[in-house]
Amino acid sequence: MLFKIEKRVQAPATIKIAVLLISLAAGFCFASVIFLVKGVHPVYALSKILSGSFGSLYGLKETVTKSIPLMLTGVGLTVAYRGKFWNIGAEGQLLFGAIAATWIALKYGANMSSYAVIPLMFGSGFIGGALWGIIPAIMKTKLRINEVITTLMFNYIAAEFVQFLVYGPWKGKSQWGFPYTDNFPPSATLSLIPSTRIHYITLIIALAVIAIAYFIIMKTNFGYEIRVIGDNPDAGKYAGISFTRTTVVIMILSGGFAGLAGVGEVAGVHHHLTYPWTISSGYGFTSIIVAWLAKLNPVYVIVSSFFLGGILIGGDTIQTSFGLPYATVNIFNGLILLFLIMGDFFLEYRIRLAGRRL
Amino acid sequence: MHKRKIQKLEMVDICKEFPGVVVNNHVNLAVESGRILALLGENGAGKTTLMNILYGMYRPDSGDIRINGECVFIRNPLDAIKLGIGMVHQHYMLIARHTVAENVALGLQDVPFFSPVKPIKKRLHEFSEMYGLKVNPEARIWQLSAGEQQRVEIVKALFRGADVLILDEPTSVLAPQEAKELFAILKKMTNAGHSVIFITHKLEEVMAISTDVMALRQGHVVGNVKTSQTGKAELARMMVGREISFTYNKKELPPGTLILDVNGLVVRNDRDMLAVKDISFTLHKNEIFGIAGVSGNGQKELVEAITGLRKIEAGNVVIEGKDVANLSPKMISRSGVSHVPEERMRFGIAPSLMVYENSVLKDYDRVPFSKSYILNFFQIKNYAKKLMEKFKVSASSVNVSIKNLSGGNIQKLILGREISGKASLIVASHPTYGLDIGATEYIRELLLMKREEGAAILLVSEDLDELCALSDRIAVMYEGEFMGIIPAKEVNREEVGLMMAGVNM
Repeated sequence: MLFKIEKRVQAPATIKIAVLLISLAAGFCFASVIFLVKGVHPVYALSKILSGSFGSLYGLKETVTKSIPLMLTGVGLTVAYRGKFWNIGAEGQLLFGAIAATWIALKYGANMSSYAVIPLMFGSGFIGGALWGIIPAIMKTKLRINEVITTLMFNYIAAEFVQFLVYGPWKGKSQWGFPYTDNFPPSATLSLIPSTRIHYITLIIALAVIAIAYFIIMKTNFGYEIRVIGDNPDAGKYAGISFTRTTVVIMILSGGFAGLAGVGEVAGVHHHLTYPWTISSGYGFTSIIVAWLAKLNPVYVIVSSFFLGGILIGGDTIQTSFGLPYATVNIFNGLILLFLIMGDFFLEYRIRLAGRRL
Repeated sequence: MHKRKIQKLEMVDICKEFPGVVVNNHVNLAVESGRILALLGENGAGKTTLMNILYGMYRPDSGDIRINGECVFIRNPLDAIKLGIGMVHQHYMLIARHTVAENVALGLQDVPFFSPVKPIKKRLHEFSEMYGLKVNPEARIWQLSAGEQQRVEIVKALFRGADVLILDEPTSVLAPQEAKELFAILKKMTNAGHSVIFITHKLEEVMAISTDVMALRQGHVVGNVKTSQTGKAELARMMVGREISFTYNKKELPPGTLILDVNGLVVRNDRDMLAVKDISFTLHKNEIFGIAGVSGNGQKELVEAITGLRKIEAGNVVIEGKDVANLSPKMISRSGVSHVPEERMRFGIAPSLMVYENSVLKDYDRVPFSKSYILNFFQIKNYAKKLMEKFKVSASSVNVSIKNLSGGNIQKLILGREISGKASLIVASHPTYGLDIGATEYIRELLLMKREEGAAILLVSEDLDELCALSDRIAVMYEGEFMGIIPAKEVNREEVGLMMAGVNM
């Protein structure tokens, strides 16, 4: 007997959902090893994670707060990945958005009304993220440098640059020597839904961006160009689509959306710029899973970012309940992504047992 | 190595079918120790498939492989190697940054774990003495010429104990001098008892090197002779066939106004060598201009230059009075040129996208499919449905990924898409290549219909029957030049066959 691998014509919806659930379950099973080593029953740990993030009003509020940056970075990645531009640099693009917004807030915030300064911050944040995203796009199209490497490395440059700013020229005079910038003036901060940390303006922007991204990808000429280039660049060339132009615009959107997430974090949560790992607890990386879990569909990003926001909050819970390191959730997340990507194989192919034949 | 030396290798009654096409139809092949068998045929005749079966890359649908009279089972290339069969592919499988010795050592069974290349060097030296296979074991692959890389591939096969060596179009990447050196090596190898099967479509090479020839045409064996008992003319006849299999209703039409004027065109290929050398021709309304020739003689570069996919070094391409040389593909397409590409899966479609999305690949940004940058899917789907109906594309609906369609249906859709507009010039490259008879006939009729409607058609094909049946004039292309332009009615097939093989008449 032999295993025979055959190409599928089109995977039915049941298979798609099954593959998704099995990937999640498999990720959890492998992550269980960590819980078992620590002597915690894995199912109990999972129930803690879920109840911590979705089981209480407080948990839900926090989950929504975390899902805001994930939504923005995640939707940006769906745009890039549709065009097969493997942007691993949402983290750095987010930080540059935060830097740009901080600059506006500290320079103009005190003398302007929030109606003027908040839009300005989001605008500059978009530009900051976009500029940081364009560089790898140009390096790819003009110099053929692999974007996975450049975008990944650009994360570290961005993070070091933030540190340089907060330890150096932007270090706040009122911050008792901590590596923080001065706090933003009230006009440059986002108001919250009372008794939560949900900066609703960013949430509204995120939902609007998702709608826009969906519209662009599915309904416009440009979205068509992205999808053709992502599917077959040679056909794009044959159809007269400019690879350079399309790739650059993809990264303006992808980086820009991540930049907006950075604005939300500094203006809505922290109110100053500080350590890069405080501004973004790996949102740029987690959003890779968000985009993949959403099957690169912007609309599903709403669901997947909420789910992964929950996992991040659940990570806090297991940290306090079981004394497990926070990295446990990162392992869990990584495993989910791994199994999701492996699961894609079963959407393209099916395996059959076949009799031996010459 | 626990095996007997291969005295005689046979492939008996081999059949292989790919969806829609029979690539090998009851093929018998035999080669004995010390002989060089040339496997001759046009592209798509089934030569490479047959050799891939022998090397274990594919399995035949039926038929046996026998070594010294005994049936053997070859499930994969490893089995083939163990039995003493080696293959040098058209595209070399070498690691560019590693040295020659390292490439040879890679995957070899009995080399020491530490410094595996040591014993290799000694034997490399022996081989180079014995067969004239001169290679520097220290050189890195990227530093070597195509000919030297090929020698490394041959050495690799010898190291793995190959008695029978399969070479897939070995001279296609070689300079003439390098080809001569290769032939000398092959002679020495056969003198030492090896046998060689060598795939080609160049008649001169067959005559120069082989001891036996087998010709394939559309999956059938059409000739099996000793080289000494045949000549180029007979081989050319075998290769291109003589019977006209189809007759078409081609109306007598006088050529109309001038549409395409190509003047002194010079184009380079991907390896930066001159592929089109100073070609000039004209093409008129109501006319089909056929380009015959064995592929790889510059046809692809010529087509890509005209359609804007490749840079033009010198010369003009004038379409209806407008010079379009080196304009973008989009501008040229907008000037009234449509293009049925040679590699349709590579250029013609975005495979994961839906059928309806692929049906507007070049016109997605035009009214009525798009207005102010927003796509109108209602119009696009309607158009796709009409296209499918009109060009008999069978698919369950327009809402499936186009990759799920058969090759013939994809080609019908591409052709329909390209000829539906008001293009004044249609460039069709191998439009019926790899298609079944039904689809082939239909596509040929469509091209004739467009001719009647007033299009100028540039038809590139390897199928002489097709060219004779459809064209008004035929040019034979060899090594980037036209060997001559002949009115289709006056074509002497033997003559054209020889011109295709580069023989000056």
